[in-house]
Amino acid sequence: MAIRRVRIFSLFERFWHWSQMLLIMTLMFSGFGLHGFHHLLDFKQAVDLHTLAAFLLLLLWAFSIFWLFTTRNWRHFIPTVKGMWQVLRFYSFGIFQGEHHPYRKAYWRKHNPLQALAYLMLKIVLFPLIWISGLVYLFYFLWRDIPHATQVLDGVALVHTGAAFTIVVFVMIHVYMLTTGHSFKEHVMPMINGFDEVDLTPEEEAYLLKDQPEVLG
Amino acid sequence: MRPVLRFFLALLLIAGLAPLETMGEGQWPTPPAEGKPPPQISGPLSGGTGDHTKYEALKQPFATGPDVTKACLSCHTETGKHFMKNIHWTWEYRNPDTGQLLGKKHLINNFCTNARGNEGMCAQCHAGYGWKDESFDFSDETNIDCLVCHDTTGTYYKTPNSKGSPACSVMFEGKPPMDFTLIAQSVGLPERANCGACHFNGGGGDNVKHGDLSSALKNPPRELDVHMDAKGLNFACTACHVTKSHVWAGSRYRVAATDDKGTGKPGQRRDVATCESCHGTAPHKVDSLASFKRNDHISSIACQTCHIPEFARGGVATITNWDWRTAGKTRNGEGYHEHGYTQGNGEHRYTYKSIKGDFTYGENLVPLYRWFNGQMHYTTIDTKFDITKPVAINDFTGSREDGDSRIWPFKKMTTWMPADLGNGTLVYTHLWGEDSDSYWGNYDMGKAIAHGMKEFGLPYSGEHGFVETFSYWPITHMVAPKEDALSCEDCHSKQGRLDGVAGIYIPGRDNNRWLDLIGIIAVVGTLVFILGHALIRIVAPNRGKH
Ligand code: HEM
Repeated sequence: MAIRRVRIFSLFERFWHWSQMLLIMTLMFSGFGLHGFHHLLDFKQAVDLHTLAAFLLLLLWAFSIFWLFTTRNWRHFIPTVKGMWQVLRFYSFGIFQGEHHPYRKAYWRKHNPLQALAYLMLKIVLFPLIWISGLVYLFYFLWRDIPHATQVLDGVALVHTGAAFTIVVFVMIHVYMLTTGHSFKEHVMPMINGFDEVDLTPEEEAYLLKDQPEVLG
Repeated sequence: MRPVLRFFLALLLIAGLAPLETMGEGQWPTPPAEGKPPPQISGPLSGGTGDHTKYEALKQPFATGPDVTKACLSCHTETGKHFMKNIHWTWEYRNPDTGQLLGKKHLINNFCTNARGNEGMCAQCHAGYGWKDESFDFSDETNIDCLVCHDTTGTYYKTPNSKGSPACSVMFEGKPPMDFTLIAQSVGLPERANCGACHFNGGGGDNVKHGDLSSALKNPPRELDVHMDAKGLNFACTACHVTKSHVWAGSRYRVAATDDKGTGKPGQRRDVATCESCHGTAPHKVDSLASFKRNDHISSIACQTCHIPEFARGGVATITNWDWRTAGKTRNGEGYHEHGYTQGNGEHRYTYKSIKGDFTYGENLVPLYRWFNGQMHYTTIDTKFDITKPVAINDFTGSREDGDSRIWPFKKMTTWMPADLGNGTLVYTHLWGEDSDSYWGNYDMGKAIAHGMKEFGLPYSGEHGFVETFSYWPITHMVAPKEDALSCEDCHSKQGRLDGVAGIYIPGRDNNRWLDLIGIIAVVGTLVFILGHALIRIVAPNRGKH
């Protein structure tokens, strides 16, 4: 096994990540604005911005799902318990003792088990919750005449706002995590230039050297 | 699904078109027309095919109004029969849904109370001649007053049909004689001033009753009413209140609160005066997300709600509170009045009159907003109610759930008015008359009520007093230019315009308090957790390493 600098995030992944970040920040800002938490935008501006950003995000997600499944990158997100305990133990204990992070990025496992699970939950629970409820909310006037429409609307707003709060919490923890382990910069750089230190098996190393030398730094 | 597609297109255009949209708004207001204003637009009837100065029947001296009517009917042979069916003649309306017998002939309102028994005065605004008591002949076509609606000279006027108390009748003396021949030869389609002679003065004065119908609409600028704008579209009332055989569309007794038929086929709809009957059911051009949303809102919100941001605009005030309890004060045995309010156009308004009591005026008022399905329930002369609580003269129904309601703007009127406290009913007050019981002249409420009730064989306990009443007037005129319409924020905010509207979750106004609480706790909790975690990392040993 050799630690090598490997390009783990493709250009698309990096574009995806940062535009998703921008859009979600915009959605948080405009969403909580129209919810009444701040008045930096008037309601119309907030709705315009929120809806526009939401559609761009849906578009982005559509592309990313296509990408995940055509490149087999979805496998990074398969949940596993292997190593989970060590990671949990590290964040709640070892980190204060100055221990090393127990997880080594592998070529086909660039996230630690906790990360993988968190991102998976985000992808299959939180995001669908927010976009489905968002679309149902947006098209209220198409279904306003069904029985109990007002109660349904109450529920839709509840789910949407609840999911939004959860995303805020996620974002906070996500950003805080970047300050742990290595330096903040070292955490962020891979998502900017794509390269990180990865534990490669000899087979992987040989394969990459031969077939995709540009991936190795 | 088409609107949805258009929506997506619109969405793509939001960013691109935003500057264009503001450019378009710069074209407003419509530049003023030059020279003499064109004739008012009266709907499909405009134009005409005859010249009334050329008709032999009109080339004669007329002594009275009914003489003119006879001449009119000699050519317009069927008009009398048509006319007698309409409410301007019958003053009576049976609501087919509630069965209530309504109309000015029967109702009591919380302004000058009742026309019944006071026709000598009040039937000045009856489109007929000579109704002063129960003996009026509703089957005589020559009693129809054609001129009050069709005069275009502005010289035609009416005076009370009976003399009333001497103190009152002096007010109507000394008016110039009318040239009936000239008036008859000048007839035309009704203009705003014709309808306004009565409808702008409901409740006993300019804009007193409705709040959205005032003399300011005779010659309004665009800001006051886009449709009636004298220098712009210049609509007469009948442009919207389309007419078929002298029956008009648009009834206050049976409001079309929702109109999903829209324009109908060309030339088809003559049954409603709704905004949708001209503008259709998707009136906002879908060039932005906001317009798409505005079109959506039509199923929940009456056009009037956004497009009439305030009523009693244009410098003429409306009365919002009336107190009959203070009526009847005299000075040296005579009634008097007090000026106390100067309205926007500089005119003074009475805030006290011995014959009516105290008034409160208001201008540029924000309406009350409520779900309304078009149905009003009236407290009529025979309705018993609890006198200890305020009573609604006309209560309206409507809710989010009933499928017919939209959120409408209303003027709410509050009045302390005479009632029979013993029986718990409203009363017919005898206001106008030559006898010694009429309130206007004698100022004895007890006698006036006893007379008014007896005249129509109605039970009266003899114990009169005053009750607090409300009435609700849907606001539908004084449509502002689009740039003055409400913005989303006006309703989608806390303490916004729709604060009192129940039964619906309005984003920006409503929130689930528990969810917000939990959400805030979660976010703050996370923050605290992160700070704590970071702190321990900082103070913990070996911090230098990682
Ligand atoms: C594809 C994703 C999304 C869609 C389609 C969407 C759509 C909507 C819609 C239609 C509304 C109601 C606006 C209105 O009144 O017209 C709304 C409100 C809101 N959105 Fe989103 N949204 C999305 C994502 C997000 C995200 C990612 C966040 C925050 C992290 C968020 C936070 C909010 C909040 C807080 C509200 C206010 C809810 C309320 O007051 O009831 N939304 N969203």
